[in-house]
Amino acid sequence: MAVAEQQPLPPLARPAESRVPTVIVDDVHIVYTVYGAGTGKGSATAALSRMLSKKRRSTNVRRVHAVRGVSFTAYRGEAVGIIGSNGSGKSTLLKAIAGLLPVESGKIYTDGQPSLLGVNAAMMNDLTGATNVVLGGLAMGMTREEIRARYKGIVDFSGINEKGDFISLPMRTYSSGMSARLRFSIAAAKNHDVLMIDEALATGDRAFQRRSEARIQELRKEAGTVFLVSHNNKSIRDTCDRVVWVEHGVMRMDGPTEEVLTAYEEHTGK
Amino acid sequence: MSTVSETTHNGAVAVGAPPVPSDDAGLSPAQLAAKYGLTVSGARPGLLEYTRLLWGRRHFINEFAKARTAAQYTQARLGQLWQVMTPLLNAAVYYLIFGLLIGTSRGVDNFIAFLVTGVFIFTFTQSSVLAGVRAISGNLGLIRALHFPRASMPIAFTLMQLQQLLMSMFVLIAIVLMTGEVPDASWLLAIPALAVQFVFNTGLALIVARLGSKMTDLAQLMPFLLRTWMYMSGVMYSISKLTATAPPAVRIFLDVNPAAIYIDLMRFSLIDSVTSAQMPNHVWALAVVWAVLVGVGGYIYFWKAEESYGRG
Repeated sequence: MAVAEQQPLPPLARPAESRVPTVIVDDVHIVYTVYGAGTGKGSATAALSRMLSKKRRSTNVRRVHAVRGVSFTAYRGEAVGIIGSNGSGKSTLLKAIAGLLPVESGKIYTDGQPSLLGVNAAMMNDLTGATNVVLGGLAMGMTREEIRARYKGIVDFSGINEKGDFISLPMRTYSSGMSARLRFSIAAAKNHDVLMIDEALATGDRAFQRRSEARIQELRKEAGTVFLVSHNNKSIRDTCDRVVWVEHGVMRMDGPTEEVLTAYEEHTGK
Repeated sequence: MSTVSETTHNGAVAVGAPPVPSDDAGLSPAQLAAKYGLTVSGARPGLLEYTRLLWGRRHFINEFAKARTAAQYTQARLGQLWQVMTPLLNAAVYYLIFGLLIGTSRGVDNFIAFLVTGVFIFTFTQSSVLAGVRAISGNLGLIRALHFPRASMPIAFTLMQLQQLLMSMFVLIAIVLMTGEVPDASWLLAIPALAVQFVFNTGLALIVARLGSKMTDLAQLMPFLLRTWMYMSGVMYSISKLTATAPPAVRIFLDVNPAAIYIDLMRFSLIDSVTSAQMPNHVWALAVVWAVLVGVGGYIYFWKAEESYGRG
């Protein structure tokens, strides 16, 4: 494993500007433990025999080594794209940075609490869009006044009301694109130190993608760090200045967007 | 095509690695993190810091409880009316079975008020526990999407049950008045009685929320445990009458049951014929001790696993 030892810290390159690190990933390994993976039987008798034979549970437990020794440091004001084929460990890595998955070994240091915005980040589907805006804002620690001031901005940004008064309908009536847009709008309303976006923009339409790219640029200017996982190389090119390429849980490349994307496109045969 | 062997042999190629300030170059990741005040991701804050964070989310807790209560019956045609109908129908069912068919009422004055008080007060604890079990496991989407002290969830769900109980209290007071009770100063005791019960329920919800987040089977098991608890708590019979001839051990066991204590306190405050003679000794002290013990203990127990909620 050349990667792990290779770079606990990136080599000294351009020392002139002083940059503040916001996320330090230090030789991180992530291992999933999957229960009930062995037999594939979900029946009651299978569950019962599992309970009875608890002593030798090893047959049922599979360990998946999803991330193997990744290290990098992200700095304030950076937009870092994370690329790699499906199942290469990108989302797992982001979840660990957000503190939602424990690491097997290694350490992840972050500035404040990173926020992860994923495709499956469901909000409260039985409540209206408007209630979700208020509750989401309060949960993120905004005050009532802040939310009142930004409410219109959030709704306009999401574009939910473009086709009628949808914000007062329960979120379960929204299309997947609409709820993804509203989620992003709520999360992006606050200035995050570290915001991670896991393909959450993929479902939005073109106009919304343009708005969110502009918002990502704003968040970066406000001295935040943005991580973007995407299979759309164009949106990575448009938003990121640095790209980390993960394959089979190992970091293959880390560098300026153009160089890494060129190598990646060569690799995938585009 | 990339294979594992290819990846591991080639290793990563770092091109144009990002610049670092020259004086940071020699630092290890841990030292660098310490220098810029970075913290380990997902670490659990200290108890005081956690409490401070939780207090900062008080509006969220309140709004969440309000929004959920409002959304609860949106699928039903009668809507919010069910908030009153549900306890009323519950009371009617128990009255039919235990009052008319079995006739437990023998020996209890004003059995209707006695029974309805018991049902409503026990339901408050029961529904807090049932909501608490699913407070974490049923809201993983929200928990994984946003960062907030997780104790907000069980507390918000207990608050919801309190709002529901306050609706039921109007029904209760109406029933109690109809059965001929006269409002007096002792009715004011209902407020502290509810306050201590709320603290107790919150602690209990926190405990089962942590248990339920790991053992998902608990949500299936809980209704049976709660029903057993209800039958032991003197909801539809008078414990003091039942235990008059019982051995002291049984009597003490039934008397220190917190649910029975909170039910007794409410009956004492609302119903004239329930006098302090029928209540166990030091009943107020026991009520407060239970609330503090379970409230504080549950809070600490929940906080201990704060970093593990929503993981995996």
